[in-house]
Order: sequence, then structure tokens, then C-alpha cells
Amino acid sequence: MTAGPLIEIEGLRVSFHGDDGRITHAVDSVDLSVANGATLGLVGESGCGKSVTSLAIMGLLPKQSAAVSGAIRFDGFDLLDVPDATLRDLRGNRLAMIFQEPMTSLNPSFTIGDQITETILRHRGGSRRAARERTIELLRRVHIPSPEKRIDEFPHKLSGGMRQRVMIAMALACDPQLLIADEPTTALDVTLQAQILDLMRELKAASGAAIILITHDLGVVAEVCDEVAVMYAGEIVERAPVDELFANPQHPYTVGLLGSIPRLDRRTSHLATIEGMVPNMANPPAGCRFAARCPFVEAACTRSSPPLAMLSPTHASRCIRAPLERLVS
Amino acid sequence: MTALLEVEGLVKHFVAERSVFGRPTAHVKAVDGVSFTVEAGKTLALVGESGCGKSTVSRLVLRLIEPDAGRIRFEGRDLGTLNAEQLRAFRRDAQLIFQDPYASLNPRMTVSQILTEPLALHNLVPAARRRERVEELLRLVGLEPRFARRYPHEFSGGQRQRIAIARALAVEPKLIICDEPVSALDVSIRSQILNLLRDLQDRLKLAYIFVSHDLAVVKHIADRVAVMNLGTIVETADAQALFAAPRHPYSRALLSAIPVPKPRAKRSRIVLEGELPSALNPPSGCRFHTRCPYVIARCRSEVPQLLADGTGHATACHRTAELPPAENIVPADGGFSPSLEKLVAAFSGAAEGTGRAGVGHFGTAPQT
Repeated sequence: MTAGPLIEIEGLRVSFHGDDGRITHAVDSVDLSVANGATLGLVGESGCGKSVTSLAIMGLLPKQSAAVSGAIRFDGFDLLDVPDATLRDLRGNRLAMIFQEPMTSLNPSFTIGDQITETILRHRGGSRRAARERTIELLRRVHIPSPEKRIDEFPHKLSGGMRQRVMIAMALACDPQLLIADEPTTALDVTLQAQILDLMRELKAASGAAIILITHDLGVVAEVCDEVAVMYAGEIVERAPVDELFANPQHPYTVGLLGSIPRLDRRTSHLATIEGMVPNMANPPAGCRFAARCPFVEAACTRSSPPLAMLSPTHASRCIRAPLERLVS
Repeated sequence: MTALLEVEGLVKHFVAERSVFGRPTAHVKAVDGVSFTVEAGKTLALVGESGCGKSTVSRLVLRLIEPDAGRIRFEGRDLGTLNAEQLRAFRRDAQLIFQDPYASLNPRMTVSQILTEPLALHNLVPAARRRERVEELLRLVGLEPRFARRYPHEFSGGQRQRIAIARALAVEPKLIICDEPVSALDVSIRSQILNLLRDLQDRLKLAYIFVSHDLAVVKHIADRVAVMNLGTIVETADAQALFAAPRHPYSRALLSAIPVPKPRAKRSRIVLEGELPSALNPPSGCRFHTRCPYVIARCRSEVPQLLADGTGHATACHRTAELPPAENIVPADGGFSPSLEKLVAAFSGAAEGTGRAGVGHFGTAPQT
């Protein structure tokens, strides 16, 4: 892809060892890269491994139970192989994350000002007063009204949308190069969602940071992403530039997802459904993991695991029946 | 034809604060003068932001909470005058499905017990035939009858929502209130439940009140839509008419913000400045005036009435006639390209072969 990506993930595998001795393979040989200033959408349903991928990048998976292998290269570091002290210096500073639930990710016993200045003082140092001024500036940037007053408020005094903006301000405190946003708008109303998406676009344009946006909402993906990776059962099943993915999906799972959302310009009595269930990741099937739910399945699909094959220089699909057009013409 | 449900001037204020002597000092005006009707076999959607009162309305309609003022008539009978016994009879006709299928099913009861309870309560089916009826209900919502002996934790979110729907259907209601029934579900599961709700409506002639903040879903399922803002209805119209040309500035802002699955979609988004005002102390005049881009002096002092035009499209805005035309408010997602349309049809065609999307197909129901 683009020369010299900011972050490059290669062969990432994460498995969890349960107390009962069962091993769940949450993420399996994931390759991803994001260039400076680009936004990558990571799409998939609950349990497909998208959040685990982001936690692996941030080094936030529990060491006792999660086995992580592969490589995550970020600006000369391998994030899976650096000492904890280095990781602490990077996190919140050059790597930042916005979590899904603004209600639970802010500490209820500190003011929002305390929580943001803490990050600034830890990574940038300087005086408390300078950090406070920067915090006010950040709150203003995320459009929080009268930030001079709001800075001393506790999280419970703020609405959901405001808290999400505080989370974003905190993530931006040290001008990160990579921002991971895990379902940043899922809990919000459509009007607030639009404001937060605008804000993310604005910030990307201003700072040139790269963004990994994790979501299950294809509408949000279409709005802000440049490239999309679709995950299913721990694997990336399709990767393409955003226009290409929406116009010409090449994995049956992506087709099913696109068909299952109600469209504003399309009148239909019945939406497409993806029958069946996600395979149990303690014991994933031998061949294609989507085979049991795929209407285009043939014998070869269940024999061996299909590779993520390039259909064009930018479009990759993990389906041996691609290109799919020939199935319907 | 009289409507199945007629709601007139519904008001509900909750006490938010009390003085030391227990006298109320502040009220949340959750619902403040709401009127609408629901026809038999049709779907009315209530939409609006969190805190606009849409869930309170749905609870008021079932008399789960008592209104402070206003009248609710179900098949012409005033619900306010019903005694306990009549109210129980009414509850047979109107049921509720909740958002969170993880919280709305009792974890200590088997599916069979969950579905038998309403049958026993209303004494609908003789005890000997209840097992049979439970199996019938499970088939109706696309689950296998053998699931009856399992507990809720053994099911996925989508399957649990099917059980909740089966429980609502057990008493053969005429009206089901669906409070965000698909918001907690993944997209692919969401479409299964939406298809199921629609099939059940066709087969059983159910009326739905569909509470949702997902506007694309609302467009898909609703016949009529009522847009709520801070406890009042600001616009109500047939779904097609509303999505073609929303009139109230608040509806326009809501619809213009729908994220559509089409990159670089043409849109003219109306961004609402400022925070949602508190229902504790709603703004004077039009409750939307603090965020409205078209506000004039009159909006701040005078409350606009919900006025209908000849076509059943009602708007509560002083400036309805003066607003710019409403074309291109709703972003165009352009539908599918012909080849993608074929592909999606092929995708769902294979599923249709096993029975129409969930209903009645029990041989191929998902395994847990």
C-alpha cells in the first residue's frame, strides 16, 4: 500500500486461555496498515475480534490470559516487543484511544480537568497552570460550551455527548499520531453522532493524525473512512478503499451486511439476513469460517482456509469464489 | 373507521426535587400534551433524541404509569376509567417488547415457563394444551420447539429477542409497543428481527408503536411517524411524506444527520448548535427555539400548535410556510448498483428458500 505506513500490523494473533482450559482464538493472522492522515474503518459484528485488535495495538490486553503474537510496527518500535515503560510513554501520547462508553471510561471521582491535565503533565511536563490552559483549549476545540467553567465539573454533570467529547479531548491532549476510536458514536443520538463525526474529520484535517475507526455501523464508515477492513470470526475477510467496498463488495459476508441494513432510497419488504451464527472460536471450522452461513458455498470452501487474495492492487477478499459478479450473471 | 388507539393531550410530569417538607419543587416535563392515533394493523413510529419522552409515552399508553392529564382510548374505551379487572383484560390486547433482551427475560425461568406464564395469567389455554401452544409460539418466531426447555442464557441476543416477541404474542395482542427492539442487536440479526416483525404484522394484523432513534429502520418499518422533541410532538406524517419532505426544522435536522452507507453521499446537513435543553426547565414558546436555525422573536414567546394540512401532515412550527424547500434534506444513499442488487438478491434468495426470513421455518433455525 502507501509507502511507509505509520502503523503496520503483521500476522497478529490473539488467543485467550480460559480458566477451564479452553483456548479461544479471538484474532487470527490479521495484517493491517494505516498511512499518516488516513482513516481505516474496522467493521464487523460483536465478537469478530475488532476490539481485541485495537486493545492489542494499545497493549491493553491482560498478560496472564491473552497470548499475543505477530508484529505491530509503529514508527520503528514493535509494540508487542517494547518494555512496558516505553509503552507507557507512547500510550496517551503518540497513541491514543477513544473508548466506546463515555459513561464508564471517565473516572467519576475526579473532575474532567484533572483527568485531562494528568495526561498532559505525564507526557509533556510543564507547569500545572500551562496544562490547565491547554485543557481549556482542548475542551474548546471539541466544542464544549464555556470550557473555563466545565473544566471543574465532574463527569456525572455532563450529558452523554459532552462526555464523549471530553474523551476525545483527552485522547487529543498530546496530539497523537494514531487515534483508535472504538465505536465512538454508538451510544449517541443521530444529531450528536453527526457532530462527533464532523469533529473527528476536522481534527484529522488539522493534525494529520491517522485514525482507526472501529464500528459496526456501515453508515458511519461511509462517512469518515478512506479504507475499510471487514472482519469476521477473527479474520479480515475483505479490505478495500471505501468507494470500492460499498460499490463492489467481493466477500459474501460484506454483501450480506450491505443487504441487511435498511436503505433510504430502496424500498423493500424484506431485508437480507445472514442465517446461522458466528462459529465458536474455541474450535473454528477447518475451511472458510463463513461457509456455514454463505449462500454461495461450494465443496472447496470447507476443505481449506482461503487466503486473503488480492483482486486488484487495492482490493483483497478472502473468498475463493470472487469475483462474485460471475455468480449472478 | 375508529382508530385502534387514540391518545389525546397526554401529560406526564415527574417530580425531580422536593422541599424538606416533601412538597415538589421541580418537575421533569417528560410528556407535555401529546396526541396521536394508531390504526389497527399499522405501525406508528415515535422518534426523537434521548430524553424526548418517547419511552414515557409508550409506558403511559399501557398504563404502566398513570398520566397526569389526557385521555387514552383503546377501541373506543377510555383506559382511565377501567378498574383493575378491566385493565388486566386490556393488557391482553396490548403488549410490550423491550430494548435489552438480556435484561427483559427472567434468567431463572425456562423458555417454556416464560411463555406459559401469560397463558396461565390470562387463563387462555387449558393447562393440558399449553405445551402445544408454547411450541406453536416458538415456531411462529422462527425458533425450534425443542428450545422450550432451555434457559435464556443459552441463547444469543437475536434469539432472546425472538423469545421476548413470542412472549408478547402469547396473549394474541392487537397492539405491540416495541421500545427500541433492535438497537441492542448486531446488523445482521437486526434485519432478521425487522423481517420477523413485519411478517407477524402481515399475518396477525398487529399494530405497532415502534420507538426508535434509528431513522433508517423507522423508514423501513413505519406507516406513520411522530417526531418528538422535549415531551411534545413537533411533526407527524405518513412515513413516505415525512422522509420525502420533512417540514419542522427539528425533523429536518434529525433526518439530515442520518449516516448513509454511501461514501461521499450528497447531503446538506443541518447542524444543531448547543446542547439539548433540560426537560426540567424547557424553553419558553417553541421548545426547539434554542437550537433552531430559523428562530424569530415569536418562537420565543408563543407555543406553536400542531396544525394539520389536508393530507394528514401536521407540523408545530410558526414558520412552516416560510421555510426553505425541503428537497435534499434526507441524504441520498443511491440504492445499489445493478450488479450489487443482483448479488444481494442472490444472497437473500438462498435464505428465502428455507421459508420467509424466520417465520415458520423451524427446521433450519440457528443452533446455539
